[in-house]
Amino acid sequence: MLFEGLSGKLQEAMKKLRGKGRVTEKDVKEMMREIKLALLEADVNFKVVKDFIGKVSERAVGQEVLESLTPGQQVIKIVHEELINLMGSANSKVTFSSKPPTIYMMVGLQGSGKTTTSGKLANLLRKQGKKPLLVACDVYRPAAIKQLQVVGSQLGIEVFSMGDKTNPVDIAKAAVEYAKSRQYDLVIIDTAGRLHINEELMEELQNIKEAVRPQEILLVVDSMTGQDAVNVAESFNEKLGVDGIILTKLDGDTRGGAALSVKAVTGKPIKFIGMGEKLNDIEPFFPDRMASRILGMGDVLSLIEKAQEAFDEKKALELEKKMRTQQFTLEDFLEQMQQIKKMGPLNQLLAMIPGFNANVMKDIELDEKKMARVEAIIKSMTKEERNNPSIINGSRRKRIAAGSGTTVQEVNKLLKEFEEMKKMMKMMTEMGKRGKKGLKKFRMPF
Amino acid sequence: MNFFSKLKNGLKKTRDNITKRIDNLLMSFGKIDEELFEELEEILITSDIGVDTSLKIIEEIKTRVKKEKITDAIQVKNILKEELLNIVGKEQPMLRLGTKPSVIVVLGVNGVGKTTSIGKICNLLKQQGKRVLVAAADTFRAAAIDQLEIWTKRAGVEIIKHTEGSDPSAVVYDAIAAAKARDFDVIVCDTAGRLHTKKNLMEELKKIFRIIKRELPDADIETLLVLDATTGQNAVSQAKSFTEASGVTGLVLTKLDGTAKGGVVVSIKSELGLPVKFMGVGEQIDDLQPFNPVEFVDALFA
Repeated sequence: MLFEGLSGKLQEAMKKLRGKGRVTEKDVKEMMREIKLALLEADVNFKVVKDFIGKVSERAVGQEVLESLTPGQQVIKIVHEELINLMGSANSKVTFSSKPPTIYMMVGLQGSGKTTTSGKLANLLRKQGKKPLLVACDVYRPAAIKQLQVVGSQLGIEVFSMGDKTNPVDIAKAAVEYAKSRQYDLVIIDTAGRLHINEELMEELQNIKEAVRPQEILLVVDSMTGQDAVNVAESFNEKLGVDGIILTKLDGDTRGGAALSVKAVTGKPIKFIGMGEKLNDIEPFFPDRMASRILGMGDVLSLIEKAQEAFDEKKALELEKKMRTQQFTLEDFLEQMQQIKKMGPLNQLLAMIPGFNANVMKDIELDEKKMARVEAIIKSMTKEERNNPSIINGSRRKRIAAGSGTTVQEVNKLLKEFEEMKKMMKMMTEMGKRGKKGLKKFRMPF
Repeated sequence: MNFFSKLKNGLKKTRDNITKRIDNLLMSFGKIDEELFEELEEILITSDIGVDTSLKIIEEIKTRVKKEKITDAIQVKNILKEELLNIVGKEQPMLRLGTKPSVIVVLGVNGVGKTTSIGKICNLLKQQGKRVLVAAADTFRAAAIDQLEIWTKRAGVEIIKHTEGSDPSAVVYDAIAAAKARDFDVIVCDTAGRLHTKKNLMEELKKIFRIIKRELPDADIETLLVLDATTGQNAVSQAKSFTEASGVTGLVLTKLDGTAKGGVVVSIKSELGLPVKFMGVGEQIDDLQPFNPVEFVDALFA
């Protein structure tokens, strides 16, 4: 596999640089060639890569190597940090206008996912208490209006349309008036996909903007876009003034370098990411996750960092003690599981482990479902049952199964696996391993 | 407008971009040195040709420059053109539609232009005098069937459809039955856009192919993967996965009328041997051209 090859190359380069106290210019040069290739292979724009490498090299040379790291890892850490910096702060939110309705305009190339994203965004903001109106301004593509109407009816959100014979500018204006009269406080305008070099259609967008003065213009970008992402983002931003970016189709295996390119040329924040075809598959953007993904080298460092963040030091100590004294309960187990979940989706977590095969990850999806079931089972137990699973008799099992929407067999299986895990812990602690290290080695029953 | 000029027109942006830069580059150099090769490498990479393939091409050029004792930088451009052509292939790939009925299945990730391409393909086939039946097997995306229906009307071909949410294999099955009964030449199947990493959706695709092979065991099947020219290196991954699942026979490269260069098809040809069969250069029904590698590369460097 291409990606694994790169990840391997990076690690090769890292290996050469073991055991020195300071990052030298030679180290950096050697690493940077590989990092440059990794970024290019991830579709980050060539110019953006060049600038980035320049900046990072400058910072990396002469850096003291942290105790626990090799010089190679130190360089990767700097690269990772700079990538995160470049991609902006976490969780940039959309803004609302002081005088309703708030108007968003969705723009982008054909097929980037504007219509689906419009629906997702309306759905998300409705959950936050807004009353959204979707507006069908794509009068060009066959059945585009119908598509938005279907999305709207799936969500139970009203769609404003005037057919495909009316000028989009007039549709937008009429929609805003309609929203005002019906107390809609959010208007999302779905525009037709267009090429950034199509003067006529770009002017149409300018006219819509002029007519309705949107609070935000959101550029929808396909995360699989290659080197051309900079041209697209630059043109849309120049001609319209983009306020935020939504990256779509990130549920695939693209490395998503376009995220970096787009951010670098527009300076505008990435506000959301699309993670699937269902209408609630929209998530806030996390620069650190994106950085690891673009780097594609399964960043061990960030895995460790993440684990450290998620695992509360004090709780970890408590857990360690409990494990040693054999008092580990289902309650602790649930907590542990929730902490793992805090680190992000399991497959993304696994993606951070170098050399991890993408094909293996395909099957992980299932396991997350299993994990949710395990959680449901434990949550259906009483506190007493969680602390002392031995009291869970037949009728209790039946109740737990009913409460969690699972079967008695599944409850049995979980209890059995939990017992096995406890046994394993006992063995491990007897072997004199330190609890914290051992944590990672548990075989979880999911 | 004849084919060549239309193709050139569609590729104008691509050509202007690459050749202007190469010409500027060669003008300013005149001499062949390491810096020249680095710049050429950059140009190839920014066309989305991909790092590995670009490096391979540059290596090949370096070897040839040495062997053939070339000293003029301008000549390097011709060598680059030749090398690209060697990879893309000199033959013009044709559709194999010898049986009656034969089948074209169109697939790809979301938003690459499958439905639009089908409209255009139907138009081409119709012009060749074929009787075409379209199977609306994208039963998933909202209003996909309506969109396809509008295109079939424009092309003047017939369509078999079920309701949204129905089993796509059933639609294909019905289309095959109808084609047999009513003597159609070609069945063109639309499929829902799917990311190649979605296991279940790829299985659904396999099922469609099982039906086709069972019902039409001897038919010629063209499996066309539609790629968006703006897509970067992920297109290689797409091509691999779709080929594994359904034996892709060719590519349709869409949206070449923008500034994107679609260079990733060079990588795909080099790695997987998949040829481009059609290219989309606009939104009109006749904006789809059979791919001609010689003219493609020529248009890039004309």
